[in-house]
This record gives sequence, structure tokens and C-alpha cells, in this order.
Amino acid sequence: MSTPQEPSASKATFRIWRGDRQGGKLVDYTTSVSPGMVVLDAVHQIQAEQANDLAVRWNCKAGKCGSCSAEVNGMPRLMCMTRLSELPLEKPVSVEPMRAFPPIRDLVTDVSWNYEVKRRIKPFKPRAPDAEDGTWRMDQGDVDRVQEFRKCIECFLCQDVCHVLRDHRLHEAFIGPRFLVHVAALEMHPLDVEDRGEDLRRAHGIGYCNITKCCTNVCPEQITITDNAIIPLKERVVDQFFDPLGRLMKVFSRREAKP
Amino acid sequence: MSNYQIISHDVLVIGAGGAGLRAAIAAAAGGVSVGLVCKSLLGKAHTVMAEGGVAAALANVDQRDNWRVHFADTMRGGQYVNNWRMAELHAKEAPERVKELEAWGALFDRTPDGRILQRNFGGHKYPRLAHVGDRTGLEMIRTLQDHGIHQGIDVHMECTVLRLFTEGGRIAGALAYERERGRFRLFRCKAIVLATGGIGRAYSITSNSWEYTGDGQALAYQAGAALQDMEFVQFHPTGMIWPPSVRGILVTEGVRGEGGVLLNQDGKRFMFGDIPENYRSQTADNEEEGWRYTQGDKSARRPPELLTRDHVARCILREVREGRGSPHGGVFLDISWIQRKLPNAREHIIRKLPSMYHQFKQLADIDITTTPMEVGPTTHYIMGGIRVDGETQSSTVPGLYAAGECAAGLHGANRLGGNSLSDLLVFGKRAGDYAAAFAKEHKEAALDPAQIDSAAREALAPFERGSGNEGPYQIQQRLQNNMQDLVGIVRVEADLKKALDLLEQLKDQAARVGVEGNREYNPGWHTALDLSNLLIISEAIARAALDRKESRGGHFRDDYPRSDPAGARYNIVIQRAADGSMRLTREPIPEMPADLKQVIEEQK
Repeated sequence: MSTPQEPSASKATFRIWRGDRQGGKLVDYTTSVSPGMVVLDAVHQIQAEQANDLAVRWNCKAGKCGSCSAEVNGMPRLMCMTRLSELPLEKPVSVEPMRAFPPIRDLVTDVSWNYEVKRRIKPFKPRAPDAEDGTWRMDQGDVDRVQEFRKCIECFLCQDVCHVLRDHRLHEAFIGPRFLVHVAALEMHPLDVEDRGEDLRRAHGIGYCNITKCCTNVCPEQITITDNAIIPLKERVVDQFFDPLGRLMKVFSRREAKP
Repeated sequence: MSNYQIISHDVLVIGAGGAGLRAAIAAAAGGVSVGLVCKSLLGKAHTVMAEGGVAAALANVDQRDNWRVHFADTMRGGQYVNNWRMAELHAKEAPERVKELEAWGALFDRTPDGRILQRNFGGHKYPRLAHVGDRTGLEMIRTLQDHGIHQGIDVHMECTVLRLFTEGGRIAGALAYERERGRFRLFRCKAIVLATGGIGRAYSITSNSWEYTGDGQALAYQAGAALQDMEFVQFHPTGMIWPPSVRGILVTEGVRGEGGVLLNQDGKRFMFGDIPENYRSQTADNEEEGWRYTQGDKSARRPPELLTRDHVARCILREVREGRGSPHGGVFLDISWIQRKLPNAREHIIRKLPSMYHQFKQLADIDITTTPMEVGPTTHYIMGGIRVDGETQSSTVPGLYAAGECAAGLHGANRLGGNSLSDLLVFGKRAGDYAAAFAKEHKEAALDPAQIDSAAREALAPFERGSGNEGPYQIQQRLQNNMQDLVGIVRVEADLKKALDLLEQLKDQAARVGVEGNREYNPGWHTALDLSNLLIISEAIARAALDRKESRGGHFRDDYPRSDPAGARYNIVIQRAADGSMRLTREPIPEMPADLKQVIEEQK
């Protein structure tokens, strides 16, 4: 990226992918830009003034809902959190849909696969309540660890950038970083007693991840996906399936830890 | 009807924020088949934006709290035009609903002894809001979503309902279109729960996303149901105002709950200068006491920054109008000052308000741990909506239920922060329960093909008119400016009349709206279709605002600045008359039972 510059009340060109399942092309739109603008503002302005039917997803416009994921100058970003001042405006800014998912129209892609994957993951299963009133006691320290994963806004940028999905198209065999984070949130939940080890290894395909950390780099919520979620899960799988001594130890320790 | 994809469910839930998800879960638990329709992708509804927390008298932090205090706080905040039965049920059932979320995997912040932590919030006497930093809504919607997808609910994502159909006065079905291909879907069902949220897109400065065009309120109205309290719109006091592209984005009340103060350009805490009589005994009269309150001192009273949202919003507007505002037309919200009180203030702020820290850092280049924020009011919520029975959430149309923001009653003239998330849970569940029971007792009603064809034809008309006609975005923008300028925080008769005239002109323009392109994922078309809902609810708001000649809660009339005791005894109810015009009546509020009256007296 070249030196950031604050755009003055001037014009900039946005090279936006227009098309559908059959294919498409990049179309240039020039529009006025003002201080503080984000890419989504420019897209909306173009939509209102030049291309009423330009398809784009968005909701909160504050980086909280994860709807406006796209590739801005080739980088997977939330359009609502990408300031124009971060981009070199002397050349066209390219705005393209996420490439790991089939296009629907323009910047909108078919992300339904993600919703199907989540349904295949074993849901939360709590231990019996700690107190007579049906509630539990949890330490903030234990909760903190999982709260990091629960910050996920399901923008699917990590899925978009993952080589296993983007380049190798292994959507059938691998659930992707988003859902490994989801499994980590469940597995490390202080109350959860479900066992997802076998699923992780086989159905979820955790072995496909070769820890390149691309997912971590693009996460708008700054979740340390690889180090905090995926690697500990990989270790669990190794402990559970490839380490007979450790497995034996675990049988004993689990008896005490999890009722 | 062969032109439509026909889908049958016992119960159709429209809207998949907190209320819709909770209703769908309840209906599925009732043993009926459930369809859940959402305008966006699942998990993106406005609940995800809720920051501060969910109000429930768990009494984990302050043992003096109980449902009575919560009930009285809610009624006081709503200035006594609330549906008292809803306020009672809400206060009693919210704790159970919050605990249930924990059983479904939600992870709230904890007290030192490991229970759910609760924080202070405007209008709540004790620390009452269960929370997760400042992303409580995300935690809640994700918990409901992840639980809901395993309950056998059919989810129809990116699908917008255009019309509800009744037969013999009872609900029969709904016509919708799916965004992806633009094809129509016809839902046959025995009961419908509306959970479509708010109307923020009727205003130019709003915290709401594109979805909130008053769909549920307008669909219900067109199906013959009554609306109520539409004059009560909540302008949240603290929205971002600079840079222009972020104008309206919410700054959580949690900032003030954690000790943030409001300052004018002279650095004065102006809120101390205007404390309403009915809150005086509960409000701190000096800065030190206010600070102690935010730090959990139970003997301290709350700072005036935590007065109700309607009042704080008006005070900010006054500072700006009288020339004491910040450079970009707001006031300052300062949390950085707490470094004078806490040794590790920076870490504390980032830990307690992580989203706010990032929001300002990324969108406004401001570090809130060192620099005050600039804030101003933003359209946030509507207290009014579909008139429902307090117990069952049934509208005045049999088989049609409503829950959450699109329903009226719980919040009266002004909603307390945190009472929305609990509203979604308590009344989402109730609506789902009663809709399922209704569906079990009734057979499917017949659908009238003529009505369906006519609704479909109307929806496609903008394509026939084509581009070159009135553009949808321009009409929407005119409507938003009209409402912002003339039916905003401070209202007067002449403005309201002018607004109604302009709405008539906009109706004509909307009837001529044309769109280009085809039916596949075409936002121009979607915007054109949303216009009729926006027009209906805008007219309802303006008419009700004109009719209520007093000031109360979110409704402030500059020409009638005081509240009139008689105004606490009725709700303004709106229905469509036989000739298609909007008919307003003042419906008396039923007498509150003696035991609830006593609670109010005790808590004064």
C-alpha cells in the first residue's frame, strides 16, 4: 500500500465488479469523495446516483454485523470500516466480491454454505447447573478466553482468504477458520461437556489447516484465530487420537474436571 | 396461484432479530412447524448492534433489586402511558429469560463470585444490565441463532414480506419476495408473529440500518390491525456526528454508565443544570457523588448523565441551539477524564468499552482514552407500534401477533436502555407460545388469489415505469429529510401540518417511482418497495404527534412544552378506515390494579 492520504473534497474512481453467476466485468465509476468517507459510502453514493441496481450487502455500517465483506484493492475487508484515507486514490480503487464463494450479483456472494456448515457442528451442551436456582458459577478469567472467539461477527473474511477454501475449493472436507473458531468457543466454554474431537478430525477436516495465519491477519475483530483457536484444537485432536499415554491420563483427569 | 412458490408453516415469524428468533424457538417448542423470514442474512438484524446490556432484576450486584423496582422504573421512564400488564410481566420474567440464555451458551461478564455481572444504566435504580462488554446484542443474537438452528425451524434468509392476507378477519398468509432471484414466495400459515423492528429509516440521522422501514407496523396496519403510541420516537442522545459519513452511529449509554460525562464547549457538565422534578430525589447533585455511583457505591445517587434518554437528548439539543455546542454541532462525551480517578484508566476503558474504542479509532481517528468524543442525538427506537394484548401479544387481528420493537406498550412514552433486549426475550417467547397455541386450534384459512395477484402486480409496477421516472433513493431521501426537519425531537403544530402535506406529495411521487435492471438482487427495486411502508408509518407518527397536545417522553411539543395530567390517561390508536384514510382515536388506558399502584407508590 502506498502512503495514506486524506482525500480532499475531490473525486475518486471506483472499479467495481458487476456481474452474476455467469460472469462479469469491472466497471469504473467516478464519484465525489469527502473527509471521513469509507468505501461503503462511496458504493452507496454510486448506487444512489449512477447505478441504482448495484447489489451490495450491508447493515450496521459500524463493523458490528459483518455484512459488507468484499475485496478492496485485493484485500478482504469490511467496506464500512475501510476509510478512503487509507487508500491511494490517485488510481482506481477496486471493489470486488469475496472470491471463496459463488457470486450472486455484483458484490453479493452466496454464503449459504457457511450456514449449512454451522448446523453440522454439535451444539452447546452444558453441565448440570451449579446452584439450586439453575444457574452456574464461572470465573471471569475462564470466560475471557471464550469471549474472544464470541466476538466473531460472521463476516466470513477468514473463510474468503483461507487457501483451503479459496484455492483448493475443499468446502466439502473443511469447515474453515470461522467454524474452527466456533468449535473452539464451544470446546473451551467453561460449561460445555460435548466431545467434538472425532468430528474435528474427520468431518471438520482440521488437518487441512496448515497454519499460514492468513485468517488471523484479515479478522476485523482481531481474533487470534490461528494461535488461540485452531492450534489448541489441533493439539486436542493429537492428544485424543495419536497419544495413547496422554489419552489414558485424560480419562482420569476428566473424571475430576467434568462431572 | 401457480405463479408463486407456495410454502406452508403453522406459524410464520417475520423478522429474525432477538424477538423473532425467540418467538420462533418458542413456537417450535410448542410442537408446530415454524418458518422464520428475515430481510437480511441470519444474525445481522439490529439486535446485533445493541451494546449496553439486557435489563433483568437478577439482584446479583445489588440485592435491593427486584421485579417491583424494575416495574416502577419502567413505568416512570415511560411516563405512565405504558401497558402496565406488559411492564409487570416484563419485570417478573426477564430474569428467567436471561438465565435461559446462559443455559443456551451465552457468556455474560461475571461478578467476583462467578455470577452474571450487572451494570448501571439510565433510569434504572440499581445496576441491572447483564452485559458482555459493549457487545451484548451480538452475544444475544448469536446465542439465539446457534440454539435456534437446531430446533427444526425453516429459515428463509434475504426474504421480504410485501403483504399479509386475511380471510374472514383471520390471518391466512403472506406474500414475500426473495432477494436473490426476485421471485415471489407465498406463505400459507395459521398464525403470524411480526418481529420486524423499527422505523429509523424514516429519518435522515439514525442508528438504524436500511432494513428498518416500519415493515411490521405497516403490514399490520394494512391487514386491519391497530397501531398505538406512534408519536413516541426515541432519539438516543449520543450518536456519532463527525465525520459526516458516520453521523447517527450509536455511542452506547454504557460510556456514561462507566463514568463518561457530557460537556458543552465551555467544559461545563450541563446536565446538572436541568434535573426533572420526578427524578430529583434519585439524582446526584454533585460530581463526586455521580462518580461514586458509577463505581458501584450503593449509597450514591446516579449522575444526571444517566437520566432518561428523552431528557438527555433535549438537553443536548438545547446546548447546541443556544450556541454552546461542539465544533460539529453536538456536545462532548468524555470518558478520558477518569484517568484522574483510576490508575489504569486506559486499560479499564478499553476493557469495558472495546467496540467504542475501536469505532472511534477506526472511523474518526479519535482515541477515547485520551480525547472526548463529539456526540449528538440520533433516531434510535420507536416506543409505539402494533397494539397488542399484554398477555398474549395478539394484535387486534386474530392470528396476528407482534413482539419486540414493532409492538407497542411496554415502554410507554420513553424506553429505558436495556429494556429492549429483555423485551425481545420476554415477549418474543410469549408471542411464539400463543401463536403456536392459536395455530393448533385453527385450520388453515383460505387464500384469495385475486388479493395475491394484485399485491404481486403492484410490486412489479416500478419495473414497468422504468428508470427515468422518480428515483427510489431520491424519494426516500426527501421523506427522511422531511421527518428529520419537521417531526424530530422538538415538534410544533405548523411543522407537523407541513410534514403531512409533504407526505401527500411524496405519496404521489412514490406512485410514479421507476426502477432499472431486473429482479435479481436489485436494491433499487427493494428501496422502491420499502417506500409504501415508510410513508404509512411516517404519516402515523406525524398525525399522532399533531394530536398529542402536550409533551411526554419521546414526544416533545415546543408549543405545549409541559405534560398534561390528562395525557397520561390515554393512548393514541390508529387504524385504517373503510375509505382507506388514517383514523385516530384516543383510547383510555385501563385502570391499574391496586397492587401495582401500591408498587408505584412504594418506589416513588
